[in-house]
Amino acid sequence: MPYGPHTAEDRARMLAAIGVAGVDELFADIPPELRASPLGLPAPQPELELAAHLRELAGRNRTDLASFLGAGVYRHFIPATVDEVLSRGEFYTAYTPYQPEVSQGTLQTIYEYQSLIAALTELDVVSASHYDGAAATAEAALMTCRATRRERVLVSRGVHRHYRETLATYLGGGEITFEEIPLVPGGPAAGTTDLAALERLLTDADRPVAGVLAAQPNVLGLLEEMEPIGRLAHAAGALFVAVVEPVSLGVLAPPGAYDADISAGEGQPLGIAPQYGGPYLGLLACTDALVRQIPGRLVGMTTDLDGRRAFVMTLRAREQDIRRERAASNICTNQALCALAAGVYLATIGPHGLRDVAALGAARAAELERALADAGAPRLHPGPYLNEFAVHVPGAVAVHRRLLARGVLAGIPLAELEPGDGSLADGLLVCATEVTTADEIAGFARALGEELAAGPPAGDRPAAAIAVPAAGRLR
Amino acid sequence: MAPPDLRYTKEHEWVRPAGETATVGITDYAAKQLGDIVFVELPEAGRQLSQFAAVGVVESVKAVSDLFAPIGGEVVEVNGELATRPELVNEDPYGAGWMLRLRLTDAAQLDELLAADDYDELTREG
Amino acid sequence: MSVTGNPLQPTVFELSHPGRGGGKIPHPPKDALERLPAGSRRAAPPALPEVNEPELVRHYVNLSQLNHAVDTGFYPLGSCTMKWNPKINEWAARLPGFADLHPLAPDEVAQGTLRLLWELEQALREISGMEAVTLQPAAGAQGELTGILMVRAYHRARGDTGRTEVLVPDSAHGTNPATATMAGFRTVSIPPAADGGVDVAAFRAALGPRTAAIMITNPSTLGLFETRIGELLEAVHAAGALAYMDGANLNAVLGRVKPGEVGFDVMHFNVHKTFSTPHGGGGPGAGPVGVGERLLPYLPSPRVLRAADGSFRLERPGERPTSIGRLRSFVGNVGVLVRAYAYIADHGAEGLREVSDDAVLAANYLKARLAGLLDIPYERACMHEFVASAASLKRATGVRTLDIAKRLIDFGFHPPTVYFPLTVEEAMLIEPTETESLETLDAFVAAMERIVAEAHDDPAMVTSAPHTAPVRRLDEASAARQPNLRWRPMTGRETPCPD
Repeated sequence: MPYGPHTAEDRARMLAAIGVAGVDELFADIPPELRASPLGLPAPQPELELAAHLRELAGRNRTDLASFLGAGVYRHFIPATVDEVLSRGEFYTAYTPYQPEVSQGTLQTIYEYQSLIAALTELDVVSASHYDGAAATAEAALMTCRATRRERVLVSRGVHRHYRETLATYLGGGEITFEEIPLVPGGPAAGTTDLAALERLLTDADRPVAGVLAAQPNVLGLLEEMEPIGRLAHAAGALFVAVVEPVSLGVLAPPGAYDADISAGEGQPLGIAPQYGGPYLGLLACTDALVRQIPGRLVGMTTDLDGRRAFVMTLRAREQDIRRERAASNICTNQALCALAAGVYLATIGPHGLRDVAALGAARAAELERALADAGAPRLHPGPYLNEFAVHVPGAVAVHRRLLARGVLAGIPLAELEPGDGSLADGLLVCATEVTTADEIAGFARALGEELAAGPPAGDRPAAAIAVPAAGRLR
Repeated sequence: MAPPDLRYTKEHEWVRPAGETATVGITDYAAKQLGDIVFVELPEAGRQLSQFAAVGVVESVKAVSDLFAPIGGEVVEVNGELATRPELVNEDPYGAGWMLRLRLTDAAQLDELLAADDYDELTREG
Repeated sequence: MSVTGNPLQPTVFELSHPGRGGGKIPHPPKDALERLPAGSRRAAPPALPEVNEPELVRHYVNLSQLNHAVDTGFYPLGSCTMKWNPKINEWAARLPGFADLHPLAPDEVAQGTLRLLWELEQALREISGMEAVTLQPAAGAQGELTGILMVRAYHRARGDTGRTEVLVPDSAHGTNPATATMAGFRTVSIPPAADGGVDVAAFRAALGPRTAAIMITNPSTLGLFETRIGELLEAVHAAGALAYMDGANLNAVLGRVKPGEVGFDVMHFNVHKTFSTPHGGGGPGAGPVGVGERLLPYLPSPRVLRAADGSFRLERPGERPTSIGRLRSFVGNVGVLVRAYAYIADHGAEGLREVSDDAVLAANYLKARLAGLLDIPYERACMHEFVASAASLKRATGVRTLDIAKRLIDFGFHPPTVYFPLTVEEAMLIEPTETESLETLDAFVAAMERIVAEAHDDPAMVTSAPHTAPVRRLDEASAARQPNLRWRPMTGRETPCPD
C-alpha cells in the first residue's frame, strides 16, 4: 500500500498487543457466506506510471478550443492567490470545524465568505455552501414552503433547465408541486418571464403559492425585470427567490435591492475551474426573517472564555445530526473549500475588480454580437443582456458540429439545452467573458460566416468530428 | 426539588392551574438536561391544543426537544420575552421562563398529571 | 456583542483600505455598461474589501495556521476516515485538461474525462459488487437521497404505493432519517440488540407492507460488523422492502465484503472517506451510488455510456424515461472523482485490501491499548473504528468525554468524534485509519494515559482544557442566542470609493 507506514515488525507488535495471531482473525465476525469474491482490479500503479497515465487522459480532453460556452458555467481568469491558498494543507485536509478551538482558520474564512456573499447579494444570512446552483435553488424552493406552510412553487422557465429538473427530483417524494412560468414568446420582452402568466398562476386562491423563482440573468442571458416579479409574488403572500450569477452582481442590482427574500445561485464563476461539472458552489442567502428556515451550516462570531473574539458553527439544532428526521435538510458534507475559493477570489479582485470582470465580459459580448450579426447570425431576442445571448442560426445543431470540427466551441445549441421549446430550435446560446479574445471572436465569426455561406453539406452527411488524440490502451 | 404546588408530566413539563387557566413551562430538570437554551418555538395565541400534543420546540446549543401540551386548552398567551431572552428558561424555569398560558378544556385532565413527589421520584431514577 | 480581547486575526474587512488591491483585471471600455437598462444596474459597488496581495496572502496563511488538519497531525475522528490525502491526487485534479473542461463540452472533446468516469464506475462496481454506479451525487447525504428516491420509484412502478416507512437503527448517522423525510417517508427508529448489532427480532416486528426500505450502516456506527446482516436482509426482501447500505464505513471491508453480494439493493460511497479525497474543511466530497438489478432503471441521468467503438458519451436528456432525473447540474463533482480514481489506481486490488487490513489492525491495537483506561462497551474485535466511553471515569472524577476531547488538543491531537453514536453514554468514536504510524498511535495512548491520571489527580487541568490552542472554549450559547453571521455594513474608510 503506497501510504501505509507499517513494517512487518510494527504489524507483529500490534498483533501481539491485540492478542491475535494474524489480521484475518480480526475479520472473524464476517460470516463465511458473506465474504467477498476476489477483487478484480488492476495491479497497483506506481506514482510515476500513474502520473503519466493521468496526464495522457487529461490530454484527451480538448480544452484548447476557442470557447463561447456558458449556460451556467463560465470561464474566468482565476488570480494565482486562489490556488495558492487552496493548496494549503491546513485548509484542504481539515474536517468540518466541529472542534472550534483547533478550527479557527476554517471558521473565520467561512464567516468571511458569508459576509462577502451578504455584501454581494445585500441579504443578511448566507449558508456556508450547498452542492451547486441547482441544489441551492431546490433548497430555496423548499425554504419557501416551510416558511409559508404552502405547497406550491412557481418557477420561471428562465431558470436553468438543470435547476428545474433538480427541483423536480427533490420534490419527487412529497406533496409539494411546482409549475413553470412561461417566457414571453415574442415582442420586445421575448425570452423573459411572462408577467401576465405569472399573475394568472398566482390568482388561484385554493392553491396558494409559497414561492416564485426567477433568474437574473436568465438562462437565455436576458435581463429580467426582477422588481415586478417580486411585487407580484409578495402581493400573493409568496416569497421571492432570485437565482443569480454572482459575477454579474458586480454591476447588476443585488437581490436585496429588489426585495428578494432568498437568493440562490452557482458560485463557480468566483474562482472555481469548470472541471466538467464540479465541485462547484451552491450559493444560498436569505433575509434575517428566514434565518431559522435556511438549511446548511452557519458560522457565527462569539467569544472564548477569556473574551477573545472567535468563531463557531451556530444554530446547529436545525441540522440533521441533531434534529434527525425533522431537520430542514439532510445536507452534511458541503462545498467548504469552494466557498474558500470564492472568498479568496472576491477579496483578491475587490469591488472594482469584480465590476471590471463583469463590464469586460459585457464589452466582449457586445463585440461578439456585432461580429456574429455581420456573419449572418443576428440575436434571437431583442431585450438587454449582460454577457450571454442567443443567436439565430438555421440548422444550429449541425452548424455547431461543423464549427467544432474547425476548432470553435460555438456555445450550445438551444435545442440541446431546452429540447422542449420549438421556438429555440434554431438558436445558439453564446457567451463571452473577460478571457475571450478579439482573435477568438474574429475566428468564430469567420468560420460561422463560411459555414452559413456554404449551406449544409450535401447528402446530409454527418460532419467530421474533431480530431482527438489516438486512443491509448484500455486499462 | 420540583415546587410542590405544580403538576408535572413525564415529558418534563409543569402546569400551574389558576381557575380556568393554567400556566405551562418546562422543569428545571429538563432545562439542565438540555443545557443552554437558545431558542423556543411556541404556538400562536388562539390555537386549540389537545392534551399531550406536540406544540412547540425547545432548542439548546446541541439538542432539540419537543414541547408537549401537558393539558388541553386554548392558547391565551405565550411568553414573548423568550424570543429575545431564551436563557430565562435556564435561569428561572418556574417563573420568568414560563412558556404558555392556556384556557383549560377540561380541568379533570389535571388529574392525569404527576404530583411533585412523583415527579421528583421519576427524575431521581432518570 | 461585546468583544474584549484582541482578535487572533483581523477579518478581511478590517484589512481593507480604499484604493488598495487591483492590478488583476484590465480596465473595461468606459461605455461597456451603457447598453444596460438603468433599472437593472447596481447603484453602488458591492461592499467588498480592498486588500493588496501581500496582506491578503498573509491573512489566509495566518488563518490556515489556526487549523488542525491531516497535514498537521493525527485526526482520529470516528466515522470520518481522516486518512492521508495523497498529493498526486491534488496534482491530477489540477491538470488543465481536467480542470478547464466545460461540463457542456461535446462528448468528442471530453473523451479523457468521460473515460476516467466510466473506468471509475467500473472500479466501484467491482469493489461493491453492485450492478451499476452513478457518480452524480455531490456528497454522501445526496447519495442517500438518490438511493431512497430510487427505492420510491421502484415501489411506485410496481403500483406498491402503501410503502411509507423507512426503518433506521437508533445508532444511524442523522443523515439517514433526514434523508427519509426529504424523500417523503416516515422514519421508524429501531433500537440495537444488547451486543450492539441489529436486533433482527425488532426489525421483523417493524417490517411489513408499509416498509419501503431499511437503511443500515455496515460496519455499524459502533465499528462492529453486522453479523446477522444476511438474516436481516432475507427478512427485508421477504417483506417486499429494499435494503440500503450507508457506505460510510466501507474503509473496513475493502476486498473482504462486497455489499452487492451480501444482498444490499443500493448503497452510497463516501469518496472523501474511503478513497482519500480531502475533506476541505467540510467539503466538497462525492457520494456515488451503487445499485442492484432492481434499481437499475431508476439511476439518475445522465450516465456515462461506452459505445461499441470504445468511445464514451453522456446519456442524452430523456434517453431513459425511467430515470428519477437529476440531483444536481451537470455530471457530478468530477474534480473530486479524479482524485478517487487516482487513489484506486495507485492501490490496485492488493493495496485496497491492505488498506482495510491496516485500518482494522490499527483500530484494534488502539482499542487494546486503551482498554484499561476507558470503558470499552463492545469488547469483540472492532472494524476500522471503535467506541470507548468515559462513563466510569465521569462517575469517579467528574471528568466527561468532552473534557478529554478538549485536553487531547493540548497534546497535539484532534479529538475523536464525541457523543456519537447517541446510544452509548459519554461516547467517543475513535478511528485511527491505516496511514498513521505506530509511533503516532503510541503517542496518542500515552496522552490518554496522562489525561486519565490527571482526571484523578488534577481534574481542573482537564475540565478547563484546552490550554495551548489558539482559543479557549467558546461561548456557543451567546453565538446562538444573538447570532452574528456576517460582518456588519462597513462605514467610513471601509466603504469602497465610488471608483
